[in-house]
Amino acid sequence: MLQIESLHQIFNQGSINEVHALRGIDLHLPPKQFITVIGSNGAGKSTLFNVVAGVFSPTRGRIIIDGEDVTEWSEHKRANLIGRVFQNPLQGTAASMTIAENLTLAMLRRHRLGLRIGVSRARRNKLADLLAPLHLGLEERLDDQVALLSGGQRQAMTLIMASFSHPKILLLDEHTAALDPATAHRILDLTSEIVGDQQLTTLMITHNMQQALTFGSRTLMLHKGKIVLDIDAEERKGMTVQDLIDKFSTVTPEVLMDDELLLSV
Amino acid sequence: MNVENESVRLEKVSSTKPSLNLSRLFNQQWAAIGIVILLFLIAFYAVGGTRSMGVWLGAISLGISMSLVAVGVYITFRILNFPDLTIDGTFVLGASITATMLINGYSPYLTLPVAFVFGSIGGAITGLIATRLRIHSLLASIIVATGLYSINLRVMGRSNIPLLNTDNILTPFVEPFREFVRATFGTDYVRYANNILTILLIGLFVYVIKFAFDAFMRTELGLALQATGDNPQMMRSLGRNTKTYLILGVALSNGLTGLSGSIFAQYQGFSDINMGLGLIIAGLAAVILGETLLRPTTISRATLAAIIGMIVYRVAIAAALSVKVPLPGGEFFRIDAQDVKLATALLVLATLWLTRLQSNRKRQTNATD
Repeated sequence: MLQIESLHQIFNQGSINEVHALRGIDLHLPPKQFITVIGSNGAGKSTLFNVVAGVFSPTRGRIIIDGEDVTEWSEHKRANLIGRVFQNPLQGTAASMTIAENLTLAMLRRHRLGLRIGVSRARRNKLADLLAPLHLGLEERLDDQVALLSGGQRQAMTLIMASFSHPKILLLDEHTAALDPATAHRILDLTSEIVGDQQLTTLMITHNMQQALTFGSRTLMLHKGKIVLDIDAEERKGMTVQDLIDKFSTVTPEVLMDDELLLSV
Repeated sequence: MNVENESVRLEKVSSTKPSLNLSRLFNQQWAAIGIVILLFLIAFYAVGGTRSMGVWLGAISLGISMSLVAVGVYITFRILNFPDLTIDGTFVLGASITATMLINGYSPYLTLPVAFVFGSIGGAITGLIATRLRIHSLLASIIVATGLYSINLRVMGRSNIPLLNTDNILTPFVEPFREFVRATFGTDYVRYANNILTILLIGLFVYVIKFAFDAFMRTELGLALQATGDNPQMMRSLGRNTKTYLILGVALSNGLTGLSGSIFAQYQGFSDINMGLGLIIAGLAAVILGETLLRPTTISRATLAAIIGMIVYRVAIAAALSVKVPLPGGEFFRIDAQDVKLATALLVLATLWLTRLQSNRKRQTNATD
C-alpha cells in the first residue's frame, strides 16, 4: 500500500545549517498493516511523516501510495489518500465551527464542494448514525462549537475525521502525547477500534515503547534518519521493552541510550 | 472493542461556562449601548433638537449605503484571517464604474452587478498575488489598491464625476414617495423624504444581500471558507487547496465592497477618486463597534453586527461633527470634517486597545476559575 524508496531529506542543503534528516529510508507497507514507529528525538520520525504527507517534498527518493507515484503531489492532493492525526489536539479541527460542520467537511473529502447546504438534515442523520456506535456522545452535541470540547474530545474527533473516508494510509503522529494518561488510553482504544473496523493501513509514531510493542503488528525504530530496527509480528511476540532496548544497543553499539528512550520505559 | 468511557465522553462543559459569563457580557453590552445613546442625546441637543433631524437621517442613510463595506471587512479580517486593504481601491472602482455607466446612459440597476463583478476581480487579484507569489496579504492588497488608483482614473477619465442629472436606483421611487409623505405627514416632512426612502429601500437591499451571504456561508463552499480561515492545516489535511478558498473569500469581500461603492456613489451623487481613502479604518471601526454592541456568536448575527456597526459609526461621526463647545472668549470649538479621519483613527485605536485589555482580563479570570 505504501512504498518508500531510498528516501533522503536534507534541510538547508549547502548551508551551514544543513541537516540530513532522512538518510535513505526504504519501507514497504502491505495493505492493512499497522506499524508503530519509535525513535529518540531528532531520529526523523516526524520528518518521515511530513514527507509522506507531502508537507515537504523529498530531496531524493520516491513515495508510492497504492501503486501511484505521489512524490511530486502537493500536500492537499495527497491528503485525499492520507488521513492524519497530529500531536497537537488543536490542529485537527476548526474551533470556531460546530462539531457537525467539522465532520461534514471531513465527510465531503474527495467530493466537489458546491452550493448545497453544508449540514443538511440527511447529513446530520448520517453523522449521528456514524457516531452513535463510538459511544462518545458527540452525536448529541452536533451543534456545539468545537472550542467547547476538551483536548481528548477534539483528538477523538480528529481521528474520526481522518478515518471517515477510508484513507489508503492513516498517519498518527504521537496523537496521544499531549493528553493525560487516562484520556490517552481511551484515544488509543478508539484508535484500535477504528483501525480494526476499517482495516486501515496505519503508521503510528509513539514515544512509549510498551505501546509500540502492544499496538499493531510490526515495529520500526528510527535512528539518525535511518531505520535501524524492523521487527515483524513473529519476532515481537513475547518481546519486552528490555529486549527492545538490548536489541537497539546491539544494532547501534556506539550510542549510549539517551534519557528520552530510557524514561519512556 | 467497546469504548465505553467517561473521560472522552462529552461532559456538558457548555452549560456552565456561558451562564457564568452571561451577566458580565450583558453588562458590557448595555453599557456600550448606553454610551452610544448618551452621546447621541448630547449631540442631539447640542445641535438644536428636532431641527437637526435631517443630519441624523443623513448619517443613518450614509451608514446603510456603506454597510456592505463592513460585511466585506468582516469576511477578510474575521472569517478568513486575511487582513486586506484592497477595499480602498475596489470601493472607488465600484463607484467610478457606476458613475461612468450612468453618465453613458446605462440602467442604474445594471451598475450594481457590474460593480460587484469588477470589485471581485480586484479582490481575486490580491488573493492570487498573496497565495501564488507568497506576498504578505497587507502588502499584496496595498499593491493592488495602488494600481487601482490609476485604473479608477482611467475608468472615470478625470478625478470626479458629479451625478446630478442622471437617474439612480432610487429615482423611480422618489416622486411617489414624496407624494405619499406629503399626503400622510404634511409638507414639513417632505424634506426628509429622500433620506427615509434611502433608509427603507437601500436598507431592504442590504438586508437581502446580507441574507444571501448568510445562506452562502451555510453551504459547503461557505463552510470551506470558514474552515480555511479557522484552521488551514486541517483544510489541507482534508484534501482542500486553501489557496482557492482564500482567493474566493477575498473576491467575495471586494465584490461586496464594489457593490457598496456603487450604492454610495448613487446616494451621494458623485464619484471621487479619493473617496476610498482610509475606508479600511471605517470598515474596521464598524466591525469592532458592531461586535462590541451585539456580541455575535453566529455568522448571521455577525453580519448584522457589522451593518449596525457601520450605521452607529456614521451616527457617531455626525454627532462628533455637531458638537459645539463654548470657549471662554465667546468662540466655539467645533470638530471639522477635516478632523474626522484623525478622530476615527483614535476611535479604532482606543477600541482595539480596550478589547485587548478586556481579553487580557478575561484570560486572567479564566485562569483563576
